[in-house]
Amino acid sequence: MVAPSLVWIAFFAPLVACVLITLFFLRSKAISSLIAIAGILTSFVCSCLVFTQIFQTNPPAQLQQSLTWINIDTLTINFGFLMNPLAIMMLLIVTGVGSAIFIYSRGYMNEDPSSPRFFAYLSLFAFSMIGIVLSNNFIQLFIFWELVGLSSYLLIGFWYAKPSAADAGVKAFMVNRLSDFGFLCGIILLWSVSDIGMGRSFQFTDLVAVVPHVAPHLLTIIALLLFCGVIGKSAQIPLHVWLIDAMEGPTPVSALIHAATMVAAGIYLLARTFFIFEPSATALTFIAFTGAITALMAAILAVAENDIKRILAYSTLSQLGLMVMALGLGGPMQGMYHLTTHAFFKALLFLGAGSVIYALHHEQNIWNMHGLLKKMPITGFTFLIGTLALCGIFPLSGFWSKDAILALAFENNTVLYLIAATASGLTAFYMGRLFFVVFWGNASDTHHVHHEAHAHEIHESPAVMTIPLIFLAILSTIGGFIGIPHYLFPQEAPEELNMRVAIISSVVALLGLGFSYMIYGKRTENDPLVTKLGSFYTVLQNKFYFDAAYAWYVDKIQQNVALILSRFETDILDRWCVDGLAKLARAGGKALRYLQNGIVQFYAMIFILGIVLLFLFLIHSFALIFALGLVPLFLFLMLA
Amino acid sequence: MFTPNLSLILLLPLLGLGFVCLVPADKTRLIRRIAGITVLLPFILSVWVFAAYDHVAGGFQFVQNTPWVVPFGISYHLGVDGINSLMLLLLGATSLAAVLISESIKERVKEYYILLLITIIGTYGAFLSLDIFFFYFFHEVAAVPVFLMIAIWGSERREFAAMKLTLFLVAGAAIALIGLIALYLSTGLQTFDLVTIQQQLAQHPLPIAVQNWIFPLIVLGFGITLTLWPFYTWAPVGYAEAPTAISMLHAGVLKKMAAYAIIRFAIQLMPQAAHAWMPLVAGLAIVNIVYCGLVALTQRDLKYILGYSSCSHMGYIMLGLACFNTIGLNGVVYLMFAHGIMAALSFALVGFVENQTKTRDLNELGGLLKCMPFIGTCFMMAAFASAGVPGFANFVAEILVLLGAWDQYRILTVFAVLGLVITAIYLLKAIRLGFQGPLNPKFAQLSDASTLTAKFPYVLLLALLILVGCLPTVILTHIGSSTKTIVESIK
Repeated sequence: MVAPSLVWIAFFAPLVACVLITLFFLRSKAISSLIAIAGILTSFVCSCLVFTQIFQTNPPAQLQQSLTWINIDTLTINFGFLMNPLAIMMLLIVTGVGSAIFIYSRGYMNEDPSSPRFFAYLSLFAFSMIGIVLSNNFIQLFIFWELVGLSSYLLIGFWYAKPSAADAGVKAFMVNRLSDFGFLCGIILLWSVSDIGMGRSFQFTDLVAVVPHVAPHLLTIIALLLFCGVIGKSAQIPLHVWLIDAMEGPTPVSALIHAATMVAAGIYLLARTFFIFEPSATALTFIAFTGAITALMAAILAVAENDIKRILAYSTLSQLGLMVMALGLGGPMQGMYHLTTHAFFKALLFLGAGSVIYALHHEQNIWNMHGLLKKMPITGFTFLIGTLALCGIFPLSGFWSKDAILALAFENNTVLYLIAATASGLTAFYMGRLFFVVFWGNASDTHHVHHEAHAHEIHESPAVMTIPLIFLAILSTIGGFIGIPHYLFPQEAPEELNMRVAIISSVVALLGLGFSYMIYGKRTENDPLVTKLGSFYTVLQNKFYFDAAYAWYVDKIQQNVALILSRFETDILDRWCVDGLAKLARAGGKALRYLQNGIVQFYAMIFILGIVLLFLFLIHSFALIFALGLVPLFLFLMLA
Repeated sequence: MFTPNLSLILLLPLLGLGFVCLVPADKTRLIRRIAGITVLLPFILSVWVFAAYDHVAGGFQFVQNTPWVVPFGISYHLGVDGINSLMLLLLGATSLAAVLISESIKERVKEYYILLLITIIGTYGAFLSLDIFFFYFFHEVAAVPVFLMIAIWGSERREFAAMKLTLFLVAGAAIALIGLIALYLSTGLQTFDLVTIQQQLAQHPLPIAVQNWIFPLIVLGFGITLTLWPFYTWAPVGYAEAPTAISMLHAGVLKKMAAYAIIRFAIQLMPQAAHAWMPLVAGLAIVNIVYCGLVALTQRDLKYILGYSSCSHMGYIMLGLACFNTIGLNGVVYLMFAHGIMAALSFALVGFVENQTKTRDLNELGGLLKCMPFIGTCFMMAAFASAGVPGFANFVAEILVLLGAWDQYRILTVFAVLGLVITAIYLLKAIRLGFQGPLNPKFAQLSDASTLTAKFPYVLLLALLILVGCLPTVILTHIGSSTKTIVESIK
């Protein structure tokens, strides 16, 4: 039996932490971080308890609870949760990985004077993310979807005084907003067709019954509109641009939001509402190809990147692409499996990168790092585990989940399989590049004067940062053996390992790593690829010109349209219409002024004219006389 | 059992106004204190009225009805239903905040507070009156001091702004007046009493031909105040040049009075004409949303951005008015409240910034979060509220309007959703340029709102936005009890 109160506590604990910090502890660093950690740990513990309760029964329990949030005649919007195996697994990832990152942040943000604000934002983010996981209807989901976007904006732009960070935050929010435009339209459209005799509904459990009654072409439109939201939040092409810039945020943020959880929300949404996408083959194909292209593009771009966090960001994009592709191929289980293992090793990699950045005093360029494995053994070895897991090396967790996706593609669509396999090979190559450049070799043979200065100061990060690394490294190692797919989708038969695919992808991964060792195994000053790739390298440096295209649109199109409209207002509306009216009034006043000219004879004449008119009016029809009377008056006015 | 006495809401501030008039002009502290109490008391009474209103019973409650000029059918008739009890709350909170932030006014303090209080009393009167004559009378009482206050306490282009605003609003009021008088004459009841007219017209509607020309007069007349496109050009410049308290009250409350009048006098009394005319208004509403939003993108003056933003948001109100269903109409009233509080809050904050930095130009500002974290954070929250981020009241209102409008105006609704994107663009840009980035060194010494009293007006408005945004039922039960009867009568 699942206790609903536990779910509610897990839901609201981080919000309570956020409110407490905001109201009372914005000045005290130590207490605020403890409160935030207590909040997320409470959620984690409750989630663990709920997990055991859910899997006590066979089949696993499903629990739903709703409170009425808005109720206006035909419209009901609930606030509640829908707890099932998929939700509890995602909840465990969010709160579990989240806890590790919160604890790590206590060390990482120790020196920042505004760290209480950081922990308040972080708790707000955790609350929003838990909201996405638990929501049982589309409006509630949308609410938390937006709140996740908001907290991401706040965290990316945490160092708001730095223009690049502030810009990155704005970019993230804007791109997400743009994609939510489609998402919200999709939600409303779905709601408007959801009446099959019991009134309209946003509730997932009701919509399951609705979908078969919806016209196929309409369902395709709905599915594609909902997918718009995924494109934004999970950073798929062409809205992937925000995720790379989001690396401006503090590193724990990159780990939590832009690797493990927020960007996974799109995948989770697809899996949770897969019943909407499943019947539409068109939508699924579109989704699969979007994912595959994203995976390949990001993997190519990662090869030419020199910032340690941005390389990891590209690898995140690439892996998200694979997950989206899996969903598009009709495999929510494979997609969610990879999401889970990816959350482990990507959080690990980011926190490892953070540990390096922390040790090097906010240096992020990989060419200014060398031989760190000896200086920072824990960081180095855990980073190695993360790298191998990401490359899909047996028996680490990434091997199993990536193999599941590749096998799915292999069985269904050769083109997609080839794209995905290429992306995987490239992943191994650029991750190998990252690892060899940063960690390999002898630390003392560095030529940089700048680094000579504190080469001897570099040492391992404090325990509050390394313990989360070890915890995540363990998860990344054993992730393939703890039956994650079974817990995610208990009703599905366990997947057999596809040996052919497994062998091919292992060979590809080892080849990628081997190539990278050949090129980067020895210490080099500059990237040898620059000369080898030639002008293509410039294309990569410009990230396939996506940013330039958007900048062109904003500066040239949007801004000009807005300027034209603004000119229309000042020149046409105001000058012609409004001022025109004013001139008319002034002219009228001028004309009437002649009536008051002070000439007594004139007054007498008007007076007599009036009497005559009145007299005529009394004996003849009004309209005729009135007209007759006005003509000379106007003539007179004109002449005068 | 005590029940609130609605006349007190008018009499207490009138008494306060009398006191302010009697205090010598140089005793500014005393004047400020009296003015504060003068708006605090009706606010408390408004909260009481709101809490005591029985939404299950519905209808007009706490009614006071005294015939005044019997031959013309004018009576002093006060009463509240779910809609205007909420408007009282909006006005109460906004006026309290407006008076409190007026601390920064240093010239002609006594005259300032006298005029401000007259505006506030007039607005209370208009919302309380169930008599069309008194509504119009109070409406004008509220409008007149606005002109003077802009012209005297406004910023650089104050005379131009005051003139433009006044000409537009007077023209609007005159058109509306013609409509209202025509309505009075065509009912043949010889009464201005709204309740009587409602009952009569529900039984025997006016001939369609008559409705069809009275309705547009009233909607156009009040529509000018509601910044209906293309009659909105007075608002950005007017709000930009007005003293902060007037921007707050006008954008926050007086505009909503026009929407209120359209619901009460046009849509409810002439439903057939409403069905014929409102689709046109819905179309203009979308122009409002998209057009004014895009123009806001080109602005560099914080107050102009807020002014255009306010025009843009009125589009959602007008779109909701054209829905003729409970969802949409609930959304409209919700948005009147939410936008009122949000607009007042934003203008108050920008007023604070301007008062400190002596500029509103985004190119000169920058990094203000550093030197005024409280004000900056509040401004960000107000901007998020405005952009329809969940957790704030505006989100609920906008989602209701969108859901209500979807069945009738699909394509228009899609554009209305697009409006949310545009809003986010210009507001984030404003935050980015004004509050983020490196701090301009010449602003390093500026002070934040640090004392509790200085923070109170902002906290009050922000708390209302969040409360109503998280727990919509707090006000939806009130709104719903009244909109239900309206929608039933116009279906």
